[in-house]
Amino acid sequence: MISKKFNLIIIVSLIFASSFWIGFNINLLPQEASINAPIYDELFRILFIIGLILFIGMTLLVIYSLFKFRRKEGQIGDGISLEGNLSLEILWTVIPSIVVLFVGLYSYNIYDRMGGMKELNHNHEIVNTNSEKIWAGISPKLDNQLGNNLSIEVSAMQFAFLFNYPKGNFISGELHVPVDQEVSMKMESKDVIHAFWVPEFRIKQDIIPGQPTILNFTPTRIGKYPIICAELCGPYHGGMRASIIVEDSSDYEKWFNKNSKAEV
Amino acid sequence: MTISIEPKNQAKKNLQPKGWLRYFSFSLDHKVIGIQYLVCGFLFYLVGGTLASAIRIELASPMSDFMPRDVYNQVLTLHGTIMIFLWIVPVVNGAFGNYLIPFYVGARDMAFPRLNAVAFWLIPPSGLMLIASYFIDGAAQAGWTAYPPLSITTPQSGQIIWILSVLLLGGSSIFGGINFIATILKLRRPGLKLMQLPMYCWAMLGTSILVVLSTPVLAGTLILLSFDIVANTGFFNPVLGGNVVVYQHLFWFYSHPAVYIMVLPAFGLVSEILPIHCRKPLFGYTTMVFSIMGIVVLGLVVWAHHMFTSGTPPWMRLFFTIATAFIAVPTGIKFFNWVATMWGGRISINSAILFSCGFIINFVFGGITGVALAQVPFDIHVHDTYFVVAHFHYIVYGGSVFVIFSSIYHWFPKASGKLLNEKLGIIHFAITFIGFNLCFAPQHWLGLNGMPRRVAEYDPQFQFVNQISTLGALLMAISTIPFLINVFISIANGKKAGDNPWNALTPEWLTSSPPPIENWEGEAPLVEEPYGYGKSITK
Repeated sequence: MISKKFNLIIIVSLIFASSFWIGFNINLLPQEASINAPIYDELFRILFIIGLILFIGMTLLVIYSLFKFRRKEGQIGDGISLEGNLSLEILWTVIPSIVVLFVGLYSYNIYDRMGGMKELNHNHEIVNTNSEKIWAGISPKLDNQLGNNLSIEVSAMQFAFLFNYPKGNFISGELHVPVDQEVSMKMESKDVIHAFWVPEFRIKQDIIPGQPTILNFTPTRIGKYPIICAELCGPYHGGMRASIIVEDSSDYEKWFNKNSKAEV
Repeated sequence: MTISIEPKNQAKKNLQPKGWLRYFSFSLDHKVIGIQYLVCGFLFYLVGGTLASAIRIELASPMSDFMPRDVYNQVLTLHGTIMIFLWIVPVVNGAFGNYLIPFYVGARDMAFPRLNAVAFWLIPPSGLMLIASYFIDGAAQAGWTAYPPLSITTPQSGQIIWILSVLLLGGSSIFGGINFIATILKLRRPGLKLMQLPMYCWAMLGTSILVVLSTPVLAGTLILLSFDIVANTGFFNPVLGGNVVVYQHLFWFYSHPAVYIMVLPAFGLVSEILPIHCRKPLFGYTTMVFSIMGIVVLGLVVWAHHMFTSGTPPWMRLFFTIATAFIAVPTGIKFFNWVATMWGGRISINSAILFSCGFIINFVFGGITGVALAQVPFDIHVHDTYFVVAHFHYIVYGGSVFVIFSSIYHWFPKASGKLLNEKLGIIHFAITFIGFNLCFAPQHWLGLNGMPRRVAEYDPQFQFVNQISTLGALLMAISTIPFLINVFISIANGKKAGDNPWNALTPEWLTSSPPPIENWEGEAPLVEEPYGYGKSITK
């Protein structure tokens, strides 16, 4: 009996250890290139580890039962007449409830750290819209400095994104942003629903006709990343892509001044 | 009204065609209707599977080169619609529900046999109409979700036929739901208590409540959508001041419960299969009943988790996150109970039990990714990507379809009087299990790394992983071959099954195989302990 318990403890700790090892050593996600990417990856890692423990545990239980309790040659008769066990059943109601509650509160915390629950920091003009319907998006850190971010207006159509820089009075097909500065985008669709997704930033927001949405983010890593439409928008949906170019502020200024049509 | 349990309606018996012809007739026999549902559903499964193969062939290369882009969108729309509305929903509800529920409640037929036949005969014409729409002016191409404004701006005839066909299928589903509720609650044999019913009855009761509450909402929504398309109304058309997000709320108010309409009956079927082949009572009957009803209640209040990237206010995201995550608790209880049912049993390793265990493993995986997807910040990155595609195929294929196959191996001897070949069955299981996991497990990675769903072309860096997935899909297609061979040779000259080959205690096994027209020659047996294994020493 003691050795049975001992074996059980060893197996359970092995499952935990291997899940933690896999969770911390195997990276399934793309590069982190915005302020909220590392926050997201932290959540992912925790969920991945909890999921692995459960999945490995359940799979081993099923496979073990299939081998251990299989009907052997010549064996007749039934198994034990066990119809339930109240304390066991309470145990596997309470433990999952606690885990789920922990995950829910933890992800709420993550969402809050990403800026999802905060009042939106932007200086876009919004007309004719119930502001509650606009997603606060990701606006970490700078929420008390209203209007201190880069405002860009995005219009999406079948099958392209256009980026309007109101300060420079020009429109670009490529999104250029300076590194480490918060960007606030007001997005509207000209036809059907599209979505703005940058996997390296871990952000996505639908672009809805007749209902402007706002998305804030802060890039942290210089480079060129894909902007992908993630909502079925017609035959060329798969080809609806653009690029976001994150550059240091002097490069950004150069690009901006070259394109700017605003009178100084 | 008194309910007669004596054989009645001799005239009906004589008017119905005999032999195989009765499967093509307006039969009122619940067993015939059950088999009609199953065979019809399986034929549509083959169509939907062919479409799935076409999608995977297209995605074997990063360019859109196998079919035109608009045809690709039609194919993915038809694939989703057929698999949900013409295969899984009719089979886990209609086929097994019709076949088994009257036996389980000790009745000679369903409560409303004519309504039952009508419900079935709505399916073939609407399915054929849906497929035929491809040849008229192209099928619908806005996905099975038919989000406006895309569904308003794509070619009209396909979209309208799609709406009509889904309305008919929804109607069929509602008729079935009403029939099941009435049968389970009102047609029970005298002396049979609710808490003595086999678990599948509870699952079907819960499912039917969901069907009756939520399907009318879908019907209303699609009628409004059709007005927008043909009559230029502006319910969902933003050009005319409509709101596209409202459509999503209404659509998911049905379509999230639809997930439970597809998996709850599967949970019920597994609860019947496991105790019989493990020779043990079902563990925790009462908690199972409560967890089914818990899933029904929670299932109705989680729909907005499909819309975390649409325009939804933060408080709403929070509520739907918590509600969704909590579904894991009653669902988890059921999985623990099944493993506890296996624990200490005398398990016969056969195709039925292997498919059921495959289901447990696949569904646990899909459930875990489901809890992750319920978390708003997690979902924002992977929403509308292949991660979601992988997740829901683990639920509906790895879950429901595995259970359908398990059930076919389990109840085939009852319906036909012949046993299926076990060797072919195990080959079928092995190819399906490997193919399925090879096809869908890599798609999680694709979604996390930047491949959106519903695309015909993608970043070439994803080609290798997509090809692995295509290889898996190919194996899944091949896996139907041993199954079909098995069914045909077993019907022709399979081993005689006898009335009760599994030595089971549930009522459908206490009559001949195949059963007579009104189920029992004499009075229906009173089964107070459908899971009483191990009580009497060896039978």
